[in-house]
Amino acid sequence: MTRLPITKTPKVYVGGAFIRSESARVYPLHDASGAFYANIPQCTRKDLRNAVEAAAKAGPGWARRTAYNRGQILYRLGEMLEARASELAAALQLGGATPAAAAREVAAAVDRLVYYAGWTDKYESLLGSVNPVAAPYFNFTVTEPMGVVGIIAPDECPLLALITLIAPAITSGNTVVALASSKQPYPAILLGEMLATSDLPGGVVNLLTGFRKELVPTFATHAHLRALIAVADPEERKTLALGAADSVKRVRLIKAEVATDWFADAAQSLQAIRDTLEFKTTWHPVGT
Amino acid sequence: MPTSSAAAKKASRPAARATGRPAPELIFGDLWEFDPAPETADPKLKPRYDLFINGKFVAPKSGKYFDSINPATERKLAEIALAGPAEVDAACKAAKTAFEKVWGPMPGRERAKYLFRIARLLQDRAREFAVAETLDGGKPIKESRDFDVPMAAAHFFYHAGWADKLDYVAPGRRVAPLGVVAQVIPWNFPLLMLAWKIAPALAMGNTVVLKPAETTSITCLKLAEILQDADLPPGVVNFVTGAGEVGAALVNHPIPAKVAFTGSTEVGKVIMRALAGSDKKMTMELGGKAANIIFDDAPLDQAVEGIVNGIFFNQGHVCCAGSRLLVQESVADRVLAKLKTRIRTLRVGDPLDKNTDIGAINSREQLDKITTLVAAGVKEGAELFQSSCKLPAKGFYFRPTVFSGVSMSHRIAREEIFGPVLSILTFRTLEEAVEKANNTCYGLSAGVWTDKGSRILKMSTELKAGVVWANTYNKFDPVSPFGGYKESGFGREGGRQGLLDYCQLA
Repeated sequence: MTRLPITKTPKVYVGGAFIRSESARVYPLHDASGAFYANIPQCTRKDLRNAVEAAAKAGPGWARRTAYNRGQILYRLGEMLEARASELAAALQLGGATPAAAAREVAAAVDRLVYYAGWTDKYESLLGSVNPVAAPYFNFTVTEPMGVVGIIAPDECPLLALITLIAPAITSGNTVVALASSKQPYPAILLGEMLATSDLPGGVVNLLTGFRKELVPTFATHAHLRALIAVADPEERKTLALGAADSVKRVRLIKAEVATDWFADAAQSLQAIRDTLEFKTTWHPVGT
Repeated sequence: MPTSSAAAKKASRPAARATGRPAPELIFGDLWEFDPAPETADPKLKPRYDLFINGKFVAPKSGKYFDSINPATERKLAEIALAGPAEVDAACKAAKTAFEKVWGPMPGRERAKYLFRIARLLQDRAREFAVAETLDGGKPIKESRDFDVPMAAAHFFYHAGWADKLDYVAPGRRVAPLGVVAQVIPWNFPLLMLAWKIAPALAMGNTVVLKPAETTSITCLKLAEILQDADLPPGVVNFVTGAGEVGAALVNHPIPAKVAFTGSTEVGKVIMRALAGSDKKMTMELGGKAANIIFDDAPLDQAVEGIVNGIFFNQGHVCCAGSRLLVQESVADRVLAKLKTRIRTLRVGDPLDKNTDIGAINSREQLDKITTLVAAGVKEGAELFQSSCKLPAKGFYFRPTVFSGVSMSHRIAREEIFGPVLSILTFRTLEEAVEKANNTCYGLSAGVWTDKGSRILKMSTELKAGVVWANTYNKFDPVSPFGGYKESGFGREGGRQGLLDYCQLA
């Protein structure tokens, strides 16, 4: 007699805990062959608001960690992914990726985390400055994380694209509320489990699954989201930009209709870290 | 002759003042009249200014002009052309052609020379421009002469040097210009804001269509003369004048790849909404309600000077004005007493007079807004103190005003007044100061006054503001990035950081 396997109930990772949607709604996920695989939480606007609250709470503590510490934690996250690479690859194959493509995407995702792990204690030296003002002041510009960043990930490369968008934001001490691919949410479900064991404090990365149509307008208007990084179609881009105007939110919108090469070196950059930074200039007196 | 050595000694060394007896105050104010000391340089104004498009002054097709008045006298200074959609279109097209044919392909070292030229020519005519700026905007001549015009020249000079060094702007990446940039600037620092906008855009290789504020177009159009003298290729910089509808036509025009706006948060949001769904890049430098924070160990006399400079500089028409004074409770009474004494000595009046500290409010509209908010402050129960100085009979003037006993919920503590009106709040601990300072939708600037260096750095870390001044206020420099957090906008102006907002990464 064959043993009936135990299937996992997918939960999203919010505020350091694994939750289902407060609405108790789910939507079915099917594998590439069309067979039922699992029920995925269909997160609501309320879930998004709760996630933003969790992210806001985690923000100051995460931003105060030393750059060295943030680097080690990001690297540790890479270790967690590497150790469960086959599981992640299986999740990608669920959506139809070939074994080779799935393995390649997982490897690229791990490498991306390692890339940003190395940036945590370096970007400031390149982006900040000491400014020689024509007056007796020590004038310097440093960067600060913006706060809570909303991220909307695309359907393609559901693991790599999600990590490519999240990693630069948390590198500098932002906290994140990210909406994973609606079509291929399972890699994000697994990613949550790895985040939970990575030393990353709860609430720094909050992952939601659900439908873009339901959540995009709230991402746009939530005043506590200080920035939005989204892969979005023209209509969504307009919604996001309109909502962002209400609280003068920073937005970086990537066109969904234009193919992005998430594997390319250009997909990772110092500039991506800069996108979620504020610049603060201090005039410090020089004298006795 | 009673030549007692004891008496002589007594006369030159008065007995120590009894404890508790206050030092005598010297009130200059109206007691000692100063003779008028007007600046007499010729502003060389033309009776009528046309639009500046493709290197030439052109009349608007509609034939419409509007008056630019001197807010100090309410007398007409000149007529300014009103741009229509056709002129905005022509300006954008000229900028596009100039970008594609001339300015974009030009080597950076050559672009640099034009910017250096502009800086030099502006320095040559500095006094003339200062007088024109003061006549048109109402700011005291000592500010336009010592700050606005030299700082504008400094911005051109600084950014000129960047034009051939752009490989150093974005580490690891190559930068390229965006194309045509639409720029809309406010009336508080007309020439300086123009320099802040144009200099980095041109250094990066972009071309520009700029709209000055309708009450202050004159120095912009005078600068067009300098651009002609500098032989700047036609179309690289274009000026269209008029009010909001001209600005709307400009930012919504399909050609500009970027919109750079300085002005109110309200209008900034309107522009953001108008551009939603377009691919245009934006930078926004919007309003503020800055906290100027005085700790009990601050050098108080110096701090009082800083408070005065923070709120009364340019009649308080400053987006980063220190309009909320947060004073540590233990020194609040002393600071307020010193501040009142100091305010009584401020000279309000003819902006052209070299002794004038506070000039004219820029427009009747702005004067009405200030008056309304001050009335709201009185109604909400804050305690009003105003200087008793004489105001000129004609023109738009407002007395330097201080509200004490203000609470965070008062309108005068939350809304940007953009006038010479200070709201005073108190705090007990550093944490309370931070909490109050950050409790606003704005985040442009802040001031910190303390004798302790580590506290300056602690405050600078905690304050959610783009610029923090320690033991000083309202200091600016082209090398020093300026710009806000939160609803004070995004993007930076000045420094390497500011340049990056005018390029794309190749």
